[in-house]
Amino acid sequence: MLDDLLELGDRIVARANDGEQIEAIVVNDRETEVRVFEGDVESFTSATSQGIGIRVIAEQRQGFAWAGSLDPEVIDSTLAEARDNASFGSIDPDLALAEPDGVEMVELDLYDPAIDSFPTDDKINLALDLERMAQAGDPRIMLVESVDFADSSSEAAVVTTSGIRIGGRDSGCYVSAAVIAGDDDETQIGFGYSVARNPADLDLDKAASMSVERSTRLLGAVKPQTGRFTVVLDPMVTAQFIGIIGGTLSGEAVLKGRSLFADRVDESVASSLITLVDDPTNPKAFTAGEADGEGLATRRNVLIEDGRLNQFVHNSYTGRRLGTASTGNAVRGFTSTPGTGTIALSLAPGAREQAELIADIEDGVLIQGVSGLHSGVNPVSGDFSTGADGLRIRNGELAEPLREFTIGSTLQRMLLDVIEVGGDIDWLPSSAAGLSLVVGDVTVSGA
Amino acid sequence: MLDQSMLENTLAAATARGGEFAEIFVEDRQSSGAMLDDNRIEELSSGRSRGAGIRVLVGESTGFAHTADLSEQGLITAATAAADAARDGNGGVRTVDLSSQSVDSPSPVRIYPDSVAKQRKVELLELANDAARGVGDAISQVSVGYGDVRRRIQIANSDGLLTGDDQVKTRFSVSCVAMGDTGMQTGRESIGHSMGFELFDHYDVTDLAVKAAQRAITKLGARPAPSGAVTTVIGKGGGGVLFHEACGHGLEADHVAKQSTVFAGRVGELVASPLVTLIDDGTMPHEWGAFAIDDEGKPAQRNVLIEDGVLLDFMWDELRARAEGRPSSGNGRRQSYKYLPMVRMTNTYIANGETDPADIIADTDSGIYVAQLGGGQVNTVSGDFVFGMTEAYLIENGEITEPIREGNLIGNGPEVLSSIDALANDFEMGSPGTCGKDGQGVPVGDGTPTLRVPALTVGGTAA
Repeated sequence: MLDDLLELGDRIVARANDGEQIEAIVVNDRETEVRVFEGDVESFTSATSQGIGIRVIAEQRQGFAWAGSLDPEVIDSTLAEARDNASFGSIDPDLALAEPDGVEMVELDLYDPAIDSFPTDDKINLALDLERMAQAGDPRIMLVESVDFADSSSEAAVVTTSGIRIGGRDSGCYVSAAVIAGDDDETQIGFGYSVARNPADLDLDKAASMSVERSTRLLGAVKPQTGRFTVVLDPMVTAQFIGIIGGTLSGEAVLKGRSLFADRVDESVASSLITLVDDPTNPKAFTAGEADGEGLATRRNVLIEDGRLNQFVHNSYTGRRLGTASTGNAVRGFTSTPGTGTIALSLAPGAREQAELIADIEDGVLIQGVSGLHSGVNPVSGDFSTGADGLRIRNGELAEPLREFTIGSTLQRMLLDVIEVGGDIDWLPSSAAGLSLVVGDVTVSGA
Repeated sequence: MLDQSMLENTLAAATARGGEFAEIFVEDRQSSGAMLDDNRIEELSSGRSRGAGIRVLVGESTGFAHTADLSEQGLITAATAAADAARDGNGGVRTVDLSSQSVDSPSPVRIYPDSVAKQRKVELLELANDAARGVGDAISQVSVGYGDVRRRIQIANSDGLLTGDDQVKTRFSVSCVAMGDTGMQTGRESIGHSMGFELFDHYDVTDLAVKAAQRAITKLGARPAPSGAVTTVIGKGGGGVLFHEACGHGLEADHVAKQSTVFAGRVGELVASPLVTLIDDGTMPHEWGAFAIDDEGKPAQRNVLIEDGVLLDFMWDELRARAEGRPSSGNGRRQSYKYLPMVRMTNTYIANGETDPADIIADTDSGIYVAQLGGGQVNTVSGDFVFGMTEAYLIENGEITEPIREGNLIGNGPEVLSSIDALANDFEMGSPGTCGKDGQGVPVGDGTPTLRVPALTVGGTAA
């Protein structure tokens, strides 16, 4: 119960000594996960879990401790440990908890009680239905490797000595399918999914057809010749790309000299087609939320406007250090102190669908998927290199499938080289929305 | 940990509705960390997570529940949930008599990290920060991290097994940013072993810091990496990540069972160059992926997967092994009590070859030398894999010359393995890694001697 979490937070915060600031984050989750294979349940997981994180600031030093339990004696030792840890931190006069800043919380309807009463058999049947649909989707599907249904509902509360007392709950569920297409000589895998706040809103057709299309259309893929091409990033790829850009715009990266864009506010950093917004108050966003990790109201922040760098995102500490204020962008779980980051990114969409974008490209590559972004992109230097698969574009049409190649550029150049932003915005299950993005002059490395 | 009667009662509840196999996995994990960034000790943090995961196997189905409530009541509630989830109609009272087995740890601990004063950890961070900044004015930012974890596990199952392990790991890392005319570059070094605070008797954190700082400065002068297929010499140590991605994941029995790997059905065949002998070894003393027992209670093993290029066996967990009527290979692992175990690597490495590494470079007319690798990723179904190079150089006329910028390399597992044409005699284990699979991360080690691949596709930007 959310009230219980808030009251637990109250009791912890009430134990603050004179001059001591305490912040408690308390969470409670419930989840189930069903995986089916060849018409049977392969595994069924049901679980609840709780956790608490306690941050203490005393004598201008900070310490933190967390525990995966809400037992009273565990909470006692967690608080004691956080206090002890604080005594070893460096003195920093800017350390302080967030304070209420008067920004009004936008009410979002993120919890659907239906999720907690949805019958187990129905969960299993949804997964089995999706498995059948994916298998029947194309004669070239050899095997449906796995189909999952998962749901969760969670509650979280943040209570501080500085006057913050906020709780929220949300729910969500998804289905996903991984299918293998091909024959003895060649196989390709494709993923498809659908996400919703309530199981009744899941779109099995979409999940099945997506997995089938993404596996079958890569069959027969060849390695492309190396060269420079105009590429079209599929919405899922664009979402990952703008997620990385978002990371470079965090106040923490700026403060610590790790942002490419540190001194460039008001300068042109991207094509004038680019407007990048972080808006957790948009209920369509998968990661929408009313409050950030410090309990401040989330808000709409325009990071890049018509190609011009407008602002960074901050938590209360980075805002204070850089002479501004929190933008409601503290991000965290209960096992860490608040960091700074974007929460729900999207690009302002253009007007045209992917097929129309492709129709204008004589010689290019559609990037369906990327791999190894975590190892191939350096957000500090801006070097960008990632494994990819996709399809060749010839004379405005999709041509042969491609695999085992990389695309390379720098983050700085890619932003400037954007030729068109698609109108096909898709609110993906990630902290960034996707759409098709046309980028010129990208190095494709293959044979 | 939990007493025997409680475990027996929980297993009885787990099998009350039938099922061939039930297991309780109890875990108590304590961790502590300290972080220095921007010349400040930002914070020390401590974490505690304790709970149990219970699974029940019925035919091909697994029911699983986990709980942080380790009272008998809490455990029986979870056991009943797992039994319900597995849904077998053939219930009955079944008693389990547990017999305790202990396995010696390959990684005995000398100094438990929680016995070390926190101030000592803070001093190590400061030492490393000063050393890194002392390398040159170009170093514009330094972050240093210390972490330790103690993970006590206990496993009991309906076959009567009762066993446990006490796993301690300690790690340290330094990340530097260097600023130059062409922008910023980064350098990182990390160490981590299955040992206690004696880690720092074996390693000097200032050496580590200097290496990380020098790497960042070296890269300031790096030119764009070539693009397209080039001859690639992979340096000893961290180069093992190549095999983790190129074939390690593809040799996991869960992928094999679902035919989602290019190596399915190929046991006994030549799948790699005859130079290649690939071993996965959970018993390597003090390595990052070592343990006494895996997370299903099976003692760690040394498993030769590929010998002289011939595929000998896959890696197995209990579930896949039972289905095939064979023993597990000690590769059943899980991130925590909140997850089901699955087939995972431990310490995966390539055995030494016979060539002098200098001869491999001298024998390469043109190509690249990758001195440090980042992480990677593989599509086991197509066999295509990528991994990052975080320090690399051009090879020109048999010599290592200029540094090149970061990027990914891409190749196809079976093709790359078969094409390896030189293997040196300088085997070394690499940096500690975390392997992600299906949403779970577990600590793994990788190692290799220097080796050469005639053609890997480098994802640079130079024409």
